[in-house]
Amino acid sequence: MTGGERPALNALDGDALNGDAVNGADRPLVRVRGLRKSFGGHVVLDGVDLDVREGEVTVLLGPSGSGKSTLLRCVNHLEKPDGGFVELGGEIVGYRASGGRLHELRPRHIVRQRSRIGMVFQQFNLFPHLTVIENVTEAPVSVRGTPRKRAAEHARELLARVGLAGREDAYPRQLSGGQQQRVAIARALAMEPRLMLFDEPTSALDPELVGEVLAVVRDLALSGMTMIVVTHEIGFAREVADTVVFLDGGRVVESGPPEVVLTAPRHERARAFFAAVL
Amino acid sequence: MTTAKEDRTPKEPPTPERSRAAPGDPPVPVLDRRPSDEQLLAARLVPLRRPGQWVSAVVLLVLFAMLVHTLLTNDRFQWDVVGRYFTRAPILHGLALTLWLTAAVMASGYLLGVGIAAMRLSGNRVLRALSFGYVWIVRSVPPLVQLLFWYELASLYPTLSLGIPFGREFVTFRTAHMFSGVLAAYVGLTLDVAAFSAEIVRGGVLSVDRGQTEAAQALGLGRSRVFRRIVLPQAMPAIVPASGNLLIGLLKATSIVSVIAVQDLLYSAQLIYNQNFLIVPLLLVATIWYVVLTTLLSVGQHYVERHYARGRRGAGGGGGAARAGRGVWDVARANLSLFGATRRDLAGLS
Ligand SMILES: Nc1ncnc2c1ncn2[C@@H]1O[C@H](COP(=O)(O)OP(=O)(O)OP(=O)(O)O)[C@@H](O)[C@H]1O
Ligand SMILES: [Mg+2]
Repeated sequence: MTGGERPALNALDGDALNGDAVNGADRPLVRVRGLRKSFGGHVVLDGVDLDVREGEVTVLLGPSGSGKSTLLRCVNHLEKPDGGFVELGGEIVGYRASGGRLHELRPRHIVRQRSRIGMVFQQFNLFPHLTVIENVTEAPVSVRGTPRKRAAEHARELLARVGLAGREDAYPRQLSGGQQQRVAIARALAMEPRLMLFDEPTSALDPELVGEVLAVVRDLALSGMTMIVVTHEIGFAREVADTVVFLDGGRVVESGPPEVVLTAPRHERARAFFAAVL
Repeated sequence: MTTAKEDRTPKEPPTPERSRAAPGDPPVPVLDRRPSDEQLLAARLVPLRRPGQWVSAVVLLVLFAMLVHTLLTNDRFQWDVVGRYFTRAPILHGLALTLWLTAAVMASGYLLGVGIAAMRLSGNRVLRALSFGYVWIVRSVPPLVQLLFWYELASLYPTLSLGIPFGREFVTFRTAHMFSGVLAAYVGLTLDVAAFSAEIVRGGVLSVDRGQTEAAQALGLGRSRVFRRIVLPQAMPAIVPASGNLLIGLLKATSIVSVIAVQDLLYSAQLIYNQNFLIVPLLLVATIWYVVLTTLLSVGQHYVERHYARGRRGAGGGGGAARAGRGVWDVARANLSLFGATRRDLAGLS
């Protein structure tokens, strides 16, 4: 809760507001600065800073309740932060900066920003009343105005890519959990996002189905997609992550390459956590 | 009967002879003291007999037959009179009024109801309170009182004006000409339906998992799109049965307009029997029409429900089965558990 650690509003007046010429091309795709969020007095995010560069995979680790989901949800503005900001591709998410203030954007602008961020949920959240292909084409058709036929072609390609060719006309309930989660990934990819968020994509799956979903996420990482992944799969983090971030009590307590953070964490909480998980 | 047996068994020592010989129970047929696997595999399965269900089915069927018999044989029902009046012009006019009043009230009531539900679900405190207050007051007042209130509006407010609140008035109406019986009925019943439908719609929307809205928002769908494409279709399975109920209730509730001399189906029948005193046959005429309409509505409701069952059936059967679906009769039969059980028992007894 110490104020000095949070560059929240100071940062606003400087680079974030006027576009930072200093960083230039090197600027990370995602910049989170001083993010704070409380639920009724309970502080969940306490000044989080995070950078994700284009094409990089960041894995978020941390004990239950440490604010991982909340952080992801703030990134696409499903949750409104109380302080600090999230920047994607040079644009503040959910707000417009002017005159030293952040003005909340109109819904249609937020919708436009969100369409560049794909999100995959722990509980899949497929639309049960729509078939697999309708799930995937819904957003391109209704948000982008893509002709139904083109959207369907693209959807077929994506479904083939996640190993679900031929299941286009099934309803979500007819699929296994692993298949549903892969549809959810295809659905998010259909909007051709610049950034993908995964919130424990394998936690609701039976152990034998975890692998097939992780394989899809791994392929996506190899194809150069920028991603933030919350997971408890340490092996996956070690293999795929460019950066591992350990969150505890709403703060980033460790951050760095997996071989450093996972093998030699400096922070006591992180050591205890990895000892328990590994 | 069966429960009594199950209750007793655990208390008994677990020797098979004793539980078989429990007093009062029919002897359970056994193959052998210790049947071989082959004997077990060859054994015919005998379903548990349910004499209680069988007896109650017979009793009910006999009672039903008696009812049909008395309806058909008691001259005082005067079925010939019923037949004569069934399609008389005043009855058909009354029927038409009942039908369109129901349709108009339902349509405008739901329009208003959806708005009130949206207010209640919104983040705006004032709107939420207004919506709550509306539902509370309208549900508290008997529809008959509301009807009379609107009918007597002229005595409360002889004129109504359009203009700036508390300021200038542009147009002024005389209420005496405004609220005819039919209009009072329309307004009163619409307000009533709005309150009830608001609760039905709200309940339906709340039954949809929040994750659905979030997933749709995360995809970049706009608010109205999320509601129309994602939330509403999933709320419909909860909304449709309750709404069907409300609609059928409304169809019959329109008959309260007879108190303000609106000639609906029931009041038309009453006008006739006030002259010729054929009370029972004319009440039967109206009743049969109500039964016919309710039946049609129930069948319609079944098809609407089936439409919204898309993707709801479990794995395997799936949406295809839901749409190819079972006919009305299959569903009716499946729901008549008594009938189903009786058939099984009959098979077991034979
Ligand atoms: N909408 C909400 N209202 C109130 N409290 C909330 C809400 N969302 C999250 N919280 C609380 O915030 C805290 C952090 O939640 P969050 O879901 O971000 O944790 P997490 O790190 O994702 O944990 P997990 O590993 O269990 O998913 C929890 O204590 C949770 O109860
Ligand atoms: Mg979480």
